[in-house]
Amino acid sequence: MAVMNIREAILRTLHDEMERDGDILVLGEDVVGGNGTAGGPEAIGGIWGTTGGLWEKFGPNRVIDTPISESAIIGAAAGAALAGKRPVAELMFADFVGVSLDQLWNQMAKFRYMFGGKTKCPAVVRMVYGAGMQTAAQHSQSVYALLTAMPGLKVVLPTTPADAKGLLTEALRGDDPVMFFEHKALYGVKGEVPDGDYRIPFGQARMVREGGDVTVVACGRMVNFSEKAADKLAADGIGVDLIDLRTTSPLDEDAILDSVEQTGRLVVVDESPPRCSLAADIAALVATRAFTSLKAPPEMITGPHAPIPFSRVLERAWLPSPQTIEGAVRRTLAFR
Amino acid sequence: MLQLGHDQLLGAYRRMSTIRAFEERLHDEIKTGEIGGFTHLYAGQEAVAVGICDQLTVDDKIVSTHRGHGHCIAKGCDVKGMMLEIYGKADGLCKGRAGSMHIADLEVGMLGANGIVGGGAPQAVGAALAAKMDGKGRVGIAFSGDGACNQGTTFEAMNLAVVTKAPAIFVFENNHYSEHTGVDYAVGTAKDIASRAEAFGMKVWRANGCDFFDTFEQFRDLLEYVRAGNGPAAIELDTERFYGHFEGDPQRYRGSGELDRIREERDCLKAFRKVVTDAALLTDAEMDAIDDEVRILIDEAVAQARAGADPDPATVADDVYAEYY
Repeated sequence: MAVMNIREAILRTLHDEMERDGDILVLGEDVVGGNGTAGGPEAIGGIWGTTGGLWEKFGPNRVIDTPISESAIIGAAAGAALAGKRPVAELMFADFVGVSLDQLWNQMAKFRYMFGGKTKCPAVVRMVYGAGMQTAAQHSQSVYALLTAMPGLKVVLPTTPADAKGLLTEALRGDDPVMFFEHKALYGVKGEVPDGDYRIPFGQARMVREGGDVTVVACGRMVNFSEKAADKLAADGIGVDLIDLRTTSPLDEDAILDSVEQTGRLVVVDESPPRCSLAADIAALVATRAFTSLKAPPEMITGPHAPIPFSRVLERAWLPSPQTIEGAVRRTLAFR
Repeated sequence: MLQLGHDQLLGAYRRMSTIRAFEERLHDEIKTGEIGGFTHLYAGQEAVAVGICDQLTVDDKIVSTHRGHGHCIAKGCDVKGMMLEIYGKADGLCKGRAGSMHIADLEVGMLGANGIVGGGAPQAVGAALAAKMDGKGRVGIAFSGDGACNQGTTFEAMNLAVVTKAPAIFVFENNHYSEHTGVDYAVGTAKDIASRAEAFGMKVWRANGCDFFDTFEQFRDLLEYVRAGNGPAAIELDTERFYGHFEGDPQRYRGSGELDRIREERDCLKAFRKVVTDAALLTDAEMDAIDDEVRILIDEAVAQARAGADPDPATVADDVYAEYY
């Protein structure tokens, strides 16, 4: 076990996997950084610090700085994967899914099915997401629900350094396209990371804590907010089952349903607007599959049906918070 | 005069004849109502697909377009499997999930036809980057039309290929119509797509896409250049589409007598036959025999496709993932 943050866990995993498998290549904007400048290649080493040093170690055929051309980045990853490689494409911000959507949605996601199951497309698309740093409406969004809705894609959201390693390793060894979401406010989160080969199968949620009174389902940074809420509630003797989904496609339905069958109360926390959201999806799952277990209406804690604003005050008002989560848990318990 | 052996010439003729017969038969069969969806026929452009694909190996990758049957046949896809696929049958090349617009056969390096105009160009660059990693002189080829040359994906792909020196080849088949809109209107650099590719920083070639020999020779030079590691290149082929954008297209945009004229003056099969018989390289009898064999092959393919079993509805959600739960 070594202690490191999520940023370091991702960089180290990419490094180790590239060393193990010569078919892995990394491409994206500034993943090397500094090409064509006085500072020279590696002057930046990736703006998130997750790709630094890879170019020097693995060379320009496997670590490729691209122009600002997101469709070409994702499309090239799709083509390289069809040609037998294991590309890791980086979208500097998940919001840029908007620029590259066709290559994700009409191309990469559908190849295997359209081609009669006779091909695989082992591409990993790493994308940096999330609000909380005043990056405003086009650099803060959590578009995982959009991609979760697309058959053919897998969607992964690590919340700890150990999970970052285990889930990224799994992504790089699987044969399907994986959308790997990295929250920009979580890169510095530290924790112990298992040494050696460490894989976490997709579709297995992490039970962060078991409390038995209310089920709280969250992913990404909302897991951390929910933990804070759970700490406060525990002081009042309220026990929370906190489920970190880890992957939204596939979804660990059993973990959610098993917990709700015990607690009868559900709070879903989702860093996105409410309509057609992950929160709505999970509330529907529980309403249709665990109706008779419910003792209170499911609570959806999301942002409003509005873009994410710039102002610090407005951004805080947009985001779910430990306080709003705590309030929702108390409401479900007070329901009669 | 191009130095191609007897067998190579006969093979090229067979593939062009197969594409023509396949498409003309589909044109007739679609009227029966047995084939659903959208079908875009390649007839008229055979010299391009065959003149190019005949020079590729199975390890060179191509990405195709919505008008992809010719590329598939030229690259080596099984003709009967294709016909079954177009009829939506279980034994089709893609189990009836692709239809005409999404046929692929990775085993022969055919990475897929594409329903999105311009969708394939970045993927060809990805295949080229993969080839560059392997360092064995292989290439990735994007077939595009004059329609796709206006898509941002194509621009992005060309620039990415240039800056990464990827062994990518952009083949622009200019058949003068982007769906139902004329190239003179839709392409700002009217009648000259190659100059766009040149402006992106790559070497370009131009050829008469209705002339197998010109296409073959120009592409041979281009291929040698790209295989040698000089980075990407592009070629524009001036060609003709004998049918509409899709089957059922009334083609009201055509000039009076235009279709008769291009079939008379710009038929690549007729032109091929004239060249090889004038030069006494092949005989009419040899090519007639191939046409007969092709006709039997297409008859069998249609009969097999019509009789083929439908996919099992229980398989509707199979093969979405390699592994899910």
